[in-house]
Amino acid sequence: MIIIKGLSKAFDTPDGKVYALRNINLQIEAGDIFGIIGFSGAGKSTLIRCLNRLEEPDSGSIQIGDQEITSLDKRQLREARKHIGMIFQHFNLFDSKTVFENIAFPLEVAGLPKYRIKERVEQLLELVELTEKTNAHPSQLSGGQKQRVGIARALANNPAVLLSDEATSALDPKTTYAILELLQNINRKLNLTIVLITHEMDVLRRICNQVAVIEDGEITEMGSVKDLFANPQTDTTRLFVQSDYELQHNNYVI
Amino acid sequence: MALANDVLPLLGVALLETLYMVLLSTLAALALGFPLGIALVVTSKDHISESPNSNNVLGTVVNIFRSFPFIILIVILLPLSRFLIGTTLGSTAAVVPLAIGSAPFLARIIENSLKEVEKGKIEAALAIGAKSATIIWKVLIPEALPSLVRGITLAIITIIGFTATAGAIGAGGLGSLAIRFGYMRYRDDILIVTVVVLVVLVEGIQWTGNFIARRLENKQHK
Repeated sequence: MIIIKGLSKAFDTPDGKVYALRNINLQIEAGDIFGIIGFSGAGKSTLIRCLNRLEEPDSGSIQIGDQEITSLDKRQLREARKHIGMIFQHFNLFDSKTVFENIAFPLEVAGLPKYRIKERVEQLLELVELTEKTNAHPSQLSGGQKQRVGIARALANNPAVLLSDEATSALDPKTTYAILELLQNINRKLNLTIVLITHEMDVLRRICNQVAVIEDGEITEMGSVKDLFANPQTDTTRLFVQSDYELQHNNYVI
Repeated sequence: MALANDVLPLLGVALLETLYMVLLSTLAALALGFPLGIALVVTSKDHISESPNSNNVLGTVVNIFRSFPFIILIVILLPLSRFLIGTTLGSTAAVVPLAIGSAPFLARIIENSLKEVEKGKIEAALAIGAKSATIIWKVLIPEALPSLVRGITLAIITIIGFTATAGAIGAGGLGSLAIRFGYMRYRDDILIVTVVVLVVLVEGIQWTGNFIARRLENKQHK
């Protein structure tokens, strides 16, 4: 379970302080697929990056499992990060390493012996269906394949939580669905908690159970995805739901 | 044009002296400049060991050394050469100012190469729980390797140029040969042959550097 309490974060800009997050309170159940949706600049990326402290919050607390992430020192944080996987919009794979070496990297960092690394990487390659690309370099892969490597790398150390920072935003719709399906399978198979941020309603509808809408650094609406679609409370949410409806509607006409 | 029979032995010795100086000062400059370049990157804003104060101090030191004309730097470092090597004359003594003069330049080259590594890759390594040392050795350097090789090649060629300047005040090598024989004794044959050898040397090093960098790039992008 993830509990976020009173989380705030501001950035210093030439024009003064800009609040990216204001007093965020959230509770995410273990094993859930939790979506955070918002327009660009709403603060959703800052929020997810606070969860593993790639971004340092100014105030508030974050608890993941039985660990208070916000009170860890540097060394404890490194340990905790080994159990919080993260995937990125632009994959962020290491170009100088092969697919195998990319997935092996977190295992090396965790200090596993070579034979255990090999075993685990092979397992992960099978999970993301990329066994035949073991020795390829990232430049030889398609976007979808790159994200599969990213997912395998993020899952290497058996994390309890996977953070997805717009992981499908750089992919075409067909590939997006395939990646979402993979995430859903992993969620079921490994009972992994997934927190994902997105600006696409489609992503929410396909795999999320719970959702929070973030606007201007604040959570404006929270609840089950079903309720959000059926009964949007705020203008932003209505806008999201409406544009999603129009998209669907157009698809039917075509 | 037939070469006078003193040319080849003179040239041979001078070439060896130059190669000796370049090799030794490149290694010494790398030993000084590589850590300095890494430090300049990792202490920069939003990097893995951000520290504005350290970064400013290091940057200022590098800039001060880089603003000396090389021939002045040699003169200033004469006492250091005497202290470390025991003499201020000869190729070994020249390695001291050569290394110190080119280390800051090399540091900037290393800094620029390492800065090219996308932030996202560093964040991915941080999110995995990697230590700074691991990120430097397993992410920054491997990801920047082709660019590092190109940069170090450039530095070696600059060091060859520096050795000629050092040759003007007693370091030996091809530069010294060209000045003492070619210029002061009006031996045009020696001047021309020396220049030809230098051109071939620089071309050879550039070609080798490009070759290695391309091989590394192909390995990444095959």
